[in-house]
Amino acid sequence: MSLITCENAAFAYENKPVIENLNFTVDSGDYLCIVGENGSGKSTLIKGLLQLMSPAVGKIIMGDELRANEIGYLPQQTALQKDFPASVCEVVLSGCLNQSGLRPFYGREQKQSARKNMEQLGILDLKNECYRDLSGGQQQRVLLARALCATTKMLLLDEPVTGLDPVVTYELYQLIEKINRELKITVVMVSHDIESAVKYASHILHLQNEQLFYGTTAEYLNSDLGKKFMRGDCDD
Amino acid sequence: MIDILEQMLSYPFLTRAIVVGSLVSLCSALLGVSLVLKRYSMIGDGLSHVGFGAMAIATAVNVAPLAVAVPVVIAAAFLLLRVSNNSAIKGDAAIGLISTSALAIGVLAISMTTGMNTDVYNYMFGSVLAMSGSDVRLSMVLSAVVLILFIVFYHKIFAVTFDETFAHAVGIKTGFYNMLIAFLTAVTIVLGMRMMGALLISSLIIFPALTSMRVCKTFKAVIINSAVLSVVCFFVGIVISYVYATPTGASVVAVNMVMFAVYTLVGAVRRRI
Repeated sequence: MSLITCENAAFAYENKPVIENLNFTVDSGDYLCIVGENGSGKSTLIKGLLQLMSPAVGKIIMGDELRANEIGYLPQQTALQKDFPASVCEVVLSGCLNQSGLRPFYGREQKQSARKNMEQLGILDLKNECYRDLSGGQQQRVLLARALCATTKMLLLDEPVTGLDPVVTYELYQLIEKINRELKITVVMVSHDIESAVKYASHILHLQNEQLFYGTTAEYLNSDLGKKFMRGDCDD
Repeated sequence: MIDILEQMLSYPFLTRAIVVGSLVSLCSALLGVSLVLKRYSMIGDGLSHVGFGAMAIATAVNVAPLAVAVPVVIAAAFLLLRVSNNSAIKGDAAIGLISTSALAIGVLAISMTTGMNTDVYNYMFGSVLAMSGSDVRLSMVLSAVVLILFIVFYHKIFAVTFDETFAHAVGIKTGFYNMLIAFLTAVTIVLGMRMMGALLISSLIIFPALTSMRVCKTFKAVIINSAVLSVVCFFVGIVISYVYATPTGASVVAVNMVMFAVYTLVGAVRRRI
């Protein structure tokens, strides 16, 4: 069974539909990129996938082995995090909160998982550094490590490369690809960056207040929409 | 120094003021870290003005001030939290509206009954004489609740403060924690404002957190340092106010100011090295 199945779902704010006719599935191991312009409903769909918002019509079905709070979510950075006094370790550990339930403290298992994930993303030596002193790319790795602590199955990334320079962007994409391939973690990414989306993703979901396209990347590149969008992007 | 302390503790009203003040400083410092980091610091200021209005009306109609002020300020705290999150009027403007309105209503209520007198002055700038036995008990209960909250839910408070969206996504009831912090802040402010003054009480929320952030690099360090610093500053402030016969609230704020300057300097020097 698929991890996530979206059946004819639509989302609305105060009865104003934001996004309609969503029909797609995310299978284990997929790398799905959700593309579309600003205001096309991408953020709303993220809320829906995290079950912070229920669909007005239709439904989003989670596969047996996935619960909404087991999705490793990488939100966009907020302004207040920029000068937040917290060590890398504290931030990464907070990803384990979905496993700790009512227990007030972290167990050994969670500390090990935090350590493992910091190691995987190459930030173990920054463990005791202050989050606000890190570069943008390092901060993003810290948040990615936190997301990995929260999941073993699926990552949901909200525009992870915004504001990063090209080299760091490339490294982050490599890292995400590695996570997808080697750790077999399903990746769902919302992105502006259509070129990288078609380069790395296995599936594309194109939104414009409704679902314009869903299919594999190869199908997308051959579709009229894909051709148009790619060309339009290159003209910029 | 010991002589001065002995002298101070021989006055029951001063002992009460020291107990309540220390506990209020502790609570406000802990809550303040979360409020300041979430950019809600002005909520403290807004609430104290609302508290002033509520107390003025309570005095005018001859009801126990706390009985009116506590529920009104709690209601205002929830309201301010709501408007800060999502509203047509943006958070800071909404706080400005509510606090000045409350101030105006309070001043009107007072001038229609007793006229502007020392009572008003005491509400505005605080009076060390204001603490009663029931205040001591309430402050003990309050600080116990705040301490337990910060020990038991420490990691959840961290997550909610650092990244509310993520915390929500991993299944933490962020709304509940925000309400809880707003509720405790409201009680802390009402309790502390008669001693510190409606115009000065928000400094207890803002100063310790900001001061600690100059130097500390982890959330845990900021929390612990704020709590200790806040109590120490209060204590030094009240001793100074006793020795030099200065107003208590203002003295405490002045000590906080000095510590802020010291920490800023230390932070700057450390970054150079």
